[in-house]
Amino acid sequence: MINLIYLTVLLPLLGFLINGLIGRKIKNEKVIGIIGSGTVGIAFVIIILAFIETLALPVENRSNTVELFTWISAAGLNIKFAYLVDQLSLTMSLIVTGVGFLIHVYSIGYMHGDKGFWRFFAYLNLFIFAMMNLVLGDNFVVLFLGWEGVGLCSYLLIGFWYDRKFEKGTTSQAAKKAFVVNRIGDFGFLLGMFLIYFTFDSLNFKEVFSRAESFPVAELTFGLIALFLFIGAAGKSAQIPLFVWLPDAMAGPTPVSALIHAATMVTAGVYMVSRASIIFASAPAVMMIVAVIGLVTAIMAASIGLVQNDIKKVLAYSTISQLGYMFLAAGVGAFSASIFHLMTHAFFKALLFLGAGSVIHGMHEEQNIQKYGGLKKYMPKTYLTFFIATLAISGVPGLSGFFSKDEILWSAYANGGFVFWLIGAITAMLTAFYMFRLVSLTFYSKERFDHHHVHPHESPAVMTVPLMILAFLSVVGGYIGIPKVFSGEHGNLFEGWLEPIYAPALAKLATFGSHSHLEEILLMAVSVAAALSAIYFSLYVYTKKLQIAENVSIKFKGIYYLLWNKYFVDEVYEAAVVEPIQKGSEKLLWKIFDVKIIDGLANGVASLVESGSGIIRKIQTGITQFYAVVMMAGIAFALLWLILSL
Amino acid sequence: MSSIPMEYYLILSAFMFSVGVAGVLIRRNAIVVFMCIELMLNSANLSLVTFSSYLGNPIGQVFVFFVMTVAAAEAAVGLAIIIAIFRNKKTVNIDEINIFKW
Repeated sequence: MINLIYLTVLLPLLGFLINGLIGRKIKNEKVIGIIGSGTVGIAFVIIILAFIETLALPVENRSNTVELFTWISAAGLNIKFAYLVDQLSLTMSLIVTGVGFLIHVYSIGYMHGDKGFWRFFAYLNLFIFAMMNLVLGDNFVVLFLGWEGVGLCSYLLIGFWYDRKFEKGTTSQAAKKAFVVNRIGDFGFLLGMFLIYFTFDSLNFKEVFSRAESFPVAELTFGLIALFLFIGAAGKSAQIPLFVWLPDAMAGPTPVSALIHAATMVTAGVYMVSRASIIFASAPAVMMIVAVIGLVTAIMAASIGLVQNDIKKVLAYSTISQLGYMFLAAGVGAFSASIFHLMTHAFFKALLFLGAGSVIHGMHEEQNIQKYGGLKKYMPKTYLTFFIATLAISGVPGLSGFFSKDEILWSAYANGGFVFWLIGAITAMLTAFYMFRLVSLTFYSKERFDHHHVHPHESPAVMTVPLMILAFLSVVGGYIGIPKVFSGEHGNLFEGWLEPIYAPALAKLATFGSHSHLEEILLMAVSVAAALSAIYFSLYVYTKKLQIAENVSIKFKGIYYLLWNKYFVDEVYEAAVVEPIQKGSEKLLWKIFDVKIIDGLANGVASLVESGSGIIRKIQTGITQFYAVVMMAGIAFALLWLILSL
Repeated sequence: MSSIPMEYYLILSAFMFSVGVAGVLIRRNAIVVFMCIELMLNSANLSLVTFSSYLGNPIGQVFVFFVMTVAAAEAAVGLAIIIAIFRNKKTVNIDEINIFKW
């Protein structure tokens, strides 16, 4: 099945072509939905089979390349269109196709009756196609192809309801914002790729990474490459300073937010950092930057999430915060922990978004949690699955989020220091708090919606079954990565599975200090206690004493105002970047440079020629005999000259 | 015939040519201009025949036949054009036919 891995890319492409080209003619939603989800489902099965096959191989043979054709061949540059099937890409593919399949199925119910039903599934399939190229590519160019492809799909799907309003603008503005901010990151990624080719004379993963170990390359070069790659990752994965697009990306349909802006695409940056682990490990300074940016993003986004009222917006900031966690892990050298959290996050965050979609669906497109309340009895299935996901993301022991988050916190403590752990633990506390605020305001507390117009109802099975599967995964997903301290001699299975990928990088880092098990268990206990008390406090405030929340927001008006307005980051960017560019473009580039200089030059040349020829054209009198005279005079002159020169 | 020197013929030819040129440049009537062009052609013919006769080379006379053929064809086309112009403009005065200008 490893050799058939290209089918997992081709099938979604096929689905895209069928739905995209003749989807409009297929009036039947069922057929479109089955084509859309079926192709992804088959791809998922193939990946599982390839996974089993790889698992049966001895460890040193688990990295296989499937070459399709030579893509670019020009003077030394030789790019093959090839897929790399190894532990990391298989893990990512399983997440992408597995979660992707569930979300496709869910979308059949969610998008029911939409006039763009066929278009939606075409875009989703195109997204899976691009994402599979991204995770399976065996060199930076194929990865970049997928990287740009998912960016395009993100743009198309954020602006899917192009005729709807979104906040102060339109959905197309949100889509454009996402695209432009991503371009800034892509610019960094491209520079990184150029520098890699310049330094290592190749773009193939295996070649680059083995040369990164053997070539005598200055640390500064490594630092630059890693920094550029990280700028790309920060753009795609919504890290400071390029995170501003993700909250606006919620303009898209909710399944899109689940699939692209929570579970898969935004984790592409984490995947890329993890894939290029050896390059990052060779640049300790950049590793520090990655860790700090991840940490700051995590706590900042979590604090914004505390006060937001739009259900999807809270989840969007939560996603940014969790992505920050992943970068924190990567930054302190715990690459497998970052991928582990990526996986568990894909389960519970996709579930949270789909649950939110189910609530929005049942509440007639209402997204304000202040207008929910008491939905538990109306939507029991949605409530139960949403609750499980909330427990998982809050780090309640026994669920997937606990294992991955704890792994990250422990690595942050062991390799980064106490401050890293502390901020990480505070973020975990904030996360637990705002998530239970969300649950309380949505499912418990008083019913605050208008009973005459809104009749909450449970979603159909096609939507709730994917929720249940994801809930199951959110519970058990963590048990493949039980930390060493509990699992004893078996060690961490997930870490062991990915270990060969990171071995060179970890050998280079070699900073894992020795810490006692007691320390680890103690820290774990502290963070769990913090999360549980945050949960208790949140439940207490938002179900019983809403008054407290109001009092706090009045007492700390300044902070509340700051958080409510998301630290004014959008406004600062607007004033510092967007406005100067717009004004500069209009006042200088358009009105002066374009109109005066460019147009002036072109028109000047034209009028010069015109006035010059205006004089000369008077010669054309139209009188034939005048021409004859000139001709005769010419001949006479030529003859005279001939005679004289004899 | 041999008593008349070659120069006489050539001078006559040159004179005829000059009359033709002067006519083309000065006269306004298209028909007259046309006739003057014929005059120039025939002066050239005279030169060719003269040289042919004096140098004993028949090629010059062969040339003359060609020139006469072309001249006949040209006369036919030229007169047709003049008639066409006359029908349009009611004049053959080439001063008034100056539409080919800026």
